[in-house]
Amino acid sequence: MMPKLKIENLTLIFGREQQEALQMLQQGKSKAEILEHTGATVGVKNASFDIEKGEFFVIMGLSGSGKSSLLRCLNRLIEPSAGKVLLNNVDITALAEADLQKVRRKEIAMVFQKFGLLPHRSVLENVAFGLELQGLPPAERGEKARNVIELVGLKGYENMMPAELSGGMQQRVGLARALANEPEVLLMDEAFSALDPLIRTQMQDELLDLQEKMHKTIVFITHDLDEAIRLGDRIAIMKDGEVIQIGTPEEILTTPANEYVSSFVEKVDRKAIITASSLMDTKPTVAVFRKDGPEGSLRKMRATGLKILPAVTVDKHFLGFVYLHEVLEVKQRGDKTIEAVIHRDVPVAHPDTTVEQMLPFIAETDKPVAVVNPANNKLLGLISQTSLIIETTGSQSIPQA
Amino acid sequence: MIRIGKYIEQFINWLTHNFNPFFKMVKAGVETMVDGVVGLFTFLPFYVVIALVALLAWRRAGWGIGVVTALGLSLIYAMGYWAPTMETLSLILVSAFIALIIGIPLGIWAARSKTAGRIMRPLLDFMQTMPAFVYLIPAVLFFGLGKVPGVFATIIFAMPPAVRLTTLGISQVPDDIVEATRSFGATPRQLLFKVELPLALPTILAGVNQTIMMSLSMVVVSAMIAAGGLGEIVLKGITQLKIGLGFEGGIAVVILAIILDRITQSFGKKKLKKNAK
Ligand SMILES: Nc1ncnc2c1ncn2[C@@H]1O[C@H](COP(=O)(O)OP(=O)(O)OP(=O)(O)O)[C@@H](O)[C@H]1O
Ligand SMILES: [Mg+2]
Repeated sequence: MMPKLKIENLTLIFGREQQEALQMLQQGKSKAEILEHTGATVGVKNASFDIEKGEFFVIMGLSGSGKSSLLRCLNRLIEPSAGKVLLNNVDITALAEADLQKVRRKEIAMVFQKFGLLPHRSVLENVAFGLELQGLPPAERGEKARNVIELVGLKGYENMMPAELSGGMQQRVGLARALANEPEVLLMDEAFSALDPLIRTQMQDELLDLQEKMHKTIVFITHDLDEAIRLGDRIAIMKDGEVIQIGTPEEILTTPANEYVSSFVEKVDRKAIITASSLMDTKPTVAVFRKDGPEGSLRKMRATGLKILPAVTVDKHFLGFVYLHEVLEVKQRGDKTIEAVIHRDVPVAHPDTTVEQMLPFIAETDKPVAVVNPANNKLLGLISQTSLIIETTGSQSIPQA
Repeated sequence: MIRIGKYIEQFINWLTHNFNPFFKMVKAGVETMVDGVVGLFTFLPFYVVIALVALLAWRRAGWGIGVVTALGLSLIYAMGYWAPTMETLSLILVSAFIALIIGIPLGIWAARSKTAGRIMRPLLDFMQTMPAFVYLIPAVLFFGLGKVPGVFATIIFAMPPAVRLTTLGISQVPDDIVEATRSFGATPRQLLFKVELPLALPTILAGVNQTIMMSLSMVVVSAMIAAGGLGEIVLKGITQLKIGLGFEGGIAVVILAIILDRITQSFGKKKLKKNAK
């Protein structure tokens, strides 16, 4: 399937000496060197990546890293200096003015940090603004606008002026204005950064709810990693105009590409993000029920030095755990099977269970945690108490699989 | 010695010779406009005019100004200056109207194009600082004596604030609003009419007010080339040393100034209040 948005070697340079700066970029010169030599600022440096349809794509980075510049190249509010932006395989950068206007009216809508509402128009007129620009008759755009206003929870505020609303409500108007055009792609430049924390979280939740229903392709900018992790299916991290890592929130946290990214992710509350799948040992030693009797199980325990083993069926269905001292007992009794000593009633985790959700497992027992496939109960891996405890006590070290 | 004056003189002469038909046409057009407006004001009985203007002042600027307007205009009538006052009012309105028709688009252009703005700024400075009397000379050369050269000189003198404040108003529209508008696919035209002009309106109206007031300040100057109206009375007072006459004419001008100022200011203020809400 073709990506919704394809960004190819996108470069943006501010300043007059475009050609010279581009050449220096190709020679691998840094942003600072180029600025010193040509006076030109590198806004975006050779970015290439795809954004899939329906994806919530977050771009993250410190102030001045080029996030807004990159976003504005996607609808050409700023003309890129080089490279392509393909929307549904059509090169936006090659469009004539009239076609570009059409794309902005129908396909890509934008939400701004400072809202950018029209102060001389009511909420309804603001929301209907895009439709008005398209030339829709008043009755029709009024109806559409009312529907979207209801969708973002602003029913009853239609005739208020923007200045009469709180920041959170103003941004709902901004969001409604963008949604009214029924765009496929939504560009959001620090859309929630101007809001206070409580409202912000609430808006994040509502955006996620909306996204669940609408399946838009969203490109969302933030400089807040917590927000990025909460919202993003994937996150791109930018530094000095360059995209230095792209991955799922978990990939970014567990395998940061370099020092810069790891310094970023240090502060994050990992418990809510790290899931069982990245902590588990995918090739644990197991006691295979019926195949391994007490003798076989003890041999495996001796080899690994473990006092507890997960017990599975031959086709890997998880059964429970067996303990060293109990296996010893059944062996002494002369039993040929470990069936009697499998502790079946144990909590299990699924691959996407977060560390936070596994906290109760630690408190309770000294057992490792079995990670099973929720569909068929097959054992996928095992998380040792040690790695779970390290993770929950907030150590910075990253357990490698 | 550089004789700039000589070149300007040659240029003006060249214009008068080569564009004579054009100037004649303009003259006829402006004359019809002024006569039309004067005709309207003098066709209506004075009390109707007073009532209408006072009503407008009351609606726009409140009770007090309404009363002041009614009393002021009645005083003018009682002093016997009704006809010259209506003449002056017509001259001002026509001059200001033309100045705005030319000035506001120029102001928009200067806001849009950096080059246009850069060229216009020194020209406007020049127009505003040059003593107003100087405009009388080309005005007379182009249009002879009478009302039309008066209107011409007034337009040149009164246009700069309309241009400047239009440019200012448009460039003051916040960047994020302009950006948002563009992001929704607005054409430059839509941007101008749906966003920039409405948001710049209070500032543009301040320019309208200034243009009208500056037109008024040309009343006496343009009387020197026989534009007539209240200016003629004041001028007579000066040249014939008739203190009483001079003051009477002056008082009438002041009354007109107060009324025009309050009424035009009220438009800008109402707009501002609504925006600030
Ligand atoms: N119009 C401009 N002219 C010149 N340089 C610019 C311009 N806009 C941005 N820049 C520069 O480009 C770089 C990237 O800026 P950009 O605004 O894209 O960063 P950002 O990541 O969005 O930052 P923030 O988090 O502060 O919004 C910065 O070095 C900035 O100074
Ligand atoms: Mg930014």
